[in-house]
Amino acid sequence: MTSSGVRLSALRRKFGNVHALDGLDLDLAPGELVALLGPSGCGKTTALRILAGLEDADSGRIIVGDRDIANVPANKRGMGMVFQAYSLFPHLTAIENVEFGLRLRKQSSTVRRRRAQEMLDLVGIGAHAARFPQQLSGGQQQRVALARALAFEPSVLLLDEPLSALDAKVRVQLREEIRRIQLEVGTTTLFVTHDQEEALAIADRVGVMRAGQLEQIGSPEDIYRTPATPFVAEFVGLSNRLAGRVTGDVVEVLDTKLPLVGSVQDGPATALVRPESVDVTADPAGAGRVVAVSFLGPLARVTVALPDDTLVVAQLESARLPELPTGTAVRVVLRPVPVVVSAG
Amino acid sequence: MAGLRQRRVRRQRALRWIVVTLFAVLTLLPLVAMFEFTTRDGWDTWRVFFDWKALGETYPILWTGMKASFWLVLLSVALTLVLLVPTVVWVRLRLPRLRRVVEFVSLLPLTIPAIVLVVGLAPVYAWVVYFVGGSSVTLFLAYTVLALPFAYRSIDAGLSAIDVRTLSEAARSLGSSWATVMWRVVLPNIRSAVLSAAFLTVALVLGEFTIASLLNRANIQVAINQLGKSSATMSVAVSLAALVLAFVLLFLLSFAGRRRNRERKTS
Repeated sequence: MTSSGVRLSALRRKFGNVHALDGLDLDLAPGELVALLGPSGCGKTTALRILAGLEDADSGRIIVGDRDIANVPANKRGMGMVFQAYSLFPHLTAIENVEFGLRLRKQSSTVRRRRAQEMLDLVGIGAHAARFPQQLSGGQQQRVALARALAFEPSVLLLDEPLSALDAKVRVQLREEIRRIQLEVGTTTLFVTHDQEEALAIADRVGVMRAGQLEQIGSPEDIYRTPATPFVAEFVGLSNRLAGRVTGDVVEVLDTKLPLVGSVQDGPATALVRPESVDVTADPAGAGRVVAVSFLGPLARVTVALPDDTLVVAQLESARLPELPTGTAVRVVLRPVPVVVSAG
Repeated sequence: MAGLRQRRVRRQRALRWIVVTLFAVLTLLPLVAMFEFTTRDGWDTWRVFFDWKALGETYPILWTGMKASFWLVLLSVALTLVLLVPTVVWVRLRLPRLRRVVEFVSLLPLTIPAIVLVVGLAPVYAWVVYFVGGSSVTLFLAYTVLALPFAYRSIDAGLSAIDVRTLSEAARSLGSSWATVMWRVVLPNIRSAVLSAAFLTVALVLGEFTIASLLNRANIQVAINQLGKSSATMSVAVSLAALVLAFVLLFLLSFAGRRRNRERKTS
């Protein structure tokens, strides 16, 4: 399988007065899975659709391998795509759907039938080859769509929120399968999602987008642990917004000095502190009071109200819940891990 | 409780049969009466009707009208579908803002009385005669306009039932040209809508009298009308045949749609 690198450079696209893409630069190494993550309207789907050839960019370059494909129509780009909406052709069976791209490439019926069956087996749905789309569940349909997108050995695989219409359990199962298959076939993949957990779970690199630009791109761990901007810190994972004061390269929050990510002017600031960096211990003399507890299986989230009505969320092992019922007086301690601050 | 429910079910079943029987009587009675009228003096009318050579020789007007209507049906259906299907699909995919305008234009012929249409069409047909001659078959241009409201509604409803945009984008990404998207993806999925548009056009063309008569053209209805003055039985026989043909087409249409659904459910 030939897998190509992709380079999007200075892509711009305007819809009316809205800049969907405002000079987007993005590189994908051959065989890499990059997830574009961002809120609705940040331009992530537009970027993917421009790469697929389903939208035109106002300006910018799209290079796949060593070829600029900005003027190549969608049907000549050789990219496999899985859509958010169910996109199987209703009049064809699962295997006929997978054969569709091979038929257009004039493969003989024996070759394409064998290849289609192989692909259906790869996505774990070989036994349902003769079923029509309406006889398959949502998860099964998306598996067939994935098999169809990969069957003709595309240079790039594009996944446009393929899991968002599925229920939670199937979503987790299928995203792991997507990663397994992607690693197995080694196709360069761009995965667009608004679900941070999905992006962090399967991508080699995650790009967080905002207002048509990449805010930060890096490994899932980097994005989570050292967010470059307050937007990334707030969008990826939960964050407590706590008032503090910056002095040099530290910020003082709740009487604890925390190291800063990046440099900020001295003065009052809001620190974004992850719930897992907050510890809560029962203490009759403590200033905080537990106001809510949510059980999440092995972990739990405890919300504490401080005397100035600030709410702080802490993430703890759920084994500690018995000592922290609602109403308990508690002491809040922050772990000295680097934090991002936003001004004011 | 169970007895009450049974009684209600029985009553509903009886009511259903009464309605169906009433409907059947009201529909079939005129047809039976027509048939009885055509066979009152023996089977000669039907014998001539099915012997097309004799029919042509005995009733040249009818033969001309039938031939014209045959071509009118073919050409009107072809032009309606060739014009409408790609246009409606394209508007849905690329020009969604124009949808209301296209809908309005397509429905317009429904609101204009035939007599007014003729007033507008007469000068147009003066040019048609000038360029391609005065054949009755040229009426297919006017009939395509007449069929627009029905055919548009039908095709638009068919397209609403599928996600045309996603399906065509999926097909494009797999390597289909626009022609292949239309032929291999869109058309097979709106097959029953296209069939229904075609059927409605056939029914409309077979039943059209006003425009053909006022523009001095001969189609089957004009022929039936003229024939009614000289040979009432043959005129009624042709009317009956046209009605039965329409019923058969309707039956085939619903049968085709049903069989397709059953295939999908059972396979």
